[in-house]
Amino acid sequence: MPKVCIVFDRLRLEEKMLQDEASKMGHDTIMLDAKITQISTESKRGDIDFGDVVMERCVSYFRGLHITACLEFIGVPVINSHDVADRCGNKMITSLLLKKAGVPTPKTYFAFSSEEAMNLINKIGYPIVIKPVIGSWGRGILPLRDKDTTEAIIEMREIEDGSHDRIYYLQEMIDRPPRDIRAITAGNQVIAAMYRKSQGDFKTNIALGGDPELCEMTKELEDLCLKASKAVGGGILGIDLMEDKKRGLVVHEVNNTVEFKGLARVAKKNIPQEMVKFALTQVRK
Amino acid sequence: MNCLECDASINVPHDAAVGEIVSCPECGADFEISKKSGENVELKPAESIGEDWGE
Repeated sequence: MPKVCIVFDRLRLEEKMLQDEASKMGHDTIMLDAKITQISTESKRGDIDFGDVVMERCVSYFRGLHITACLEFIGVPVINSHDVADRCGNKMITSLLLKKAGVPTPKTYFAFSSEEAMNLINKIGYPIVIKPVIGSWGRGILPLRDKDTTEAIIEMREIEDGSHDRIYYLQEMIDRPPRDIRAITAGNQVIAAMYRKSQGDFKTNIALGGDPELCEMTKELEDLCLKASKAVGGGILGIDLMEDKKRGLVVHEVNNTVEFKGLARVAKKNIPQEMVKFALTQVRK
Repeated sequence: MNCLECDASINVPHDAAVGEIVSCPECGADFEISKKSGENVELKPAESIGEDWGE
């Protein structure tokens, strides 16, 4: 029976659920803390037991991305692949790939300096949403509704001057109900979807206290999710959609190391079990 | 198990695993279980939330 390795840096309920399901299916599991793992250009497949397939579950995006590259270097199949993690970790890359693949996605504008960001916003008009190109849990995502607030936020970005702060990602504000949809895909299957309702503010992230409610699967939702998954390279993904009152469903994000404890509370299917089943399809014969 | 910050008693569940986070009920400090062998548990200060944390 193939052995499943779960690479983590903070053992959360999700990682324990994956381990539990793999064990119930009769597979040996390895729980590997990325923080205490050493790999080099000289490393060989047999040096450390990574099992037959790795499910990369680091909460730190860059840690997960880099250890995935190392694991692929030594020949271990990793879910998700480095290419997919790289694409999903950067909102600009994701938006470009979604658009290129014909997936309905909000209009998104890019600028590469604060001056040009202001010029762009003045041209597009308010309201508009500013997002960091790299970031999760809704951090740094802000609705811009007037010039004063916008100038203050852009000034703050300049002061912080992080490596990605000079990349401006500006997205049209979608006219939608106060909720969005999170669907989880594994390969060619959409496992489940839920509505995430906002707590009276702009954001709907479960990590921020958004309230999960099961969303019935429709053919349109399923097709869109699979198309979005394919656009970034496939794997185990969290697809975020909004219900645009004019255009219908639009995909605004694809998440790599998907969190699922909220959806697992309401889903009909066993999410961690479906994830493990998909991971096992990636074991090299 | 005592808190490394305030010395209050921290209850580590018997089924907790290495890598899990436990919090001090008094000062709120987070600790990661770094070693566990039977009843012997070692804690280390947990990493603080990073800018790149999340999905």
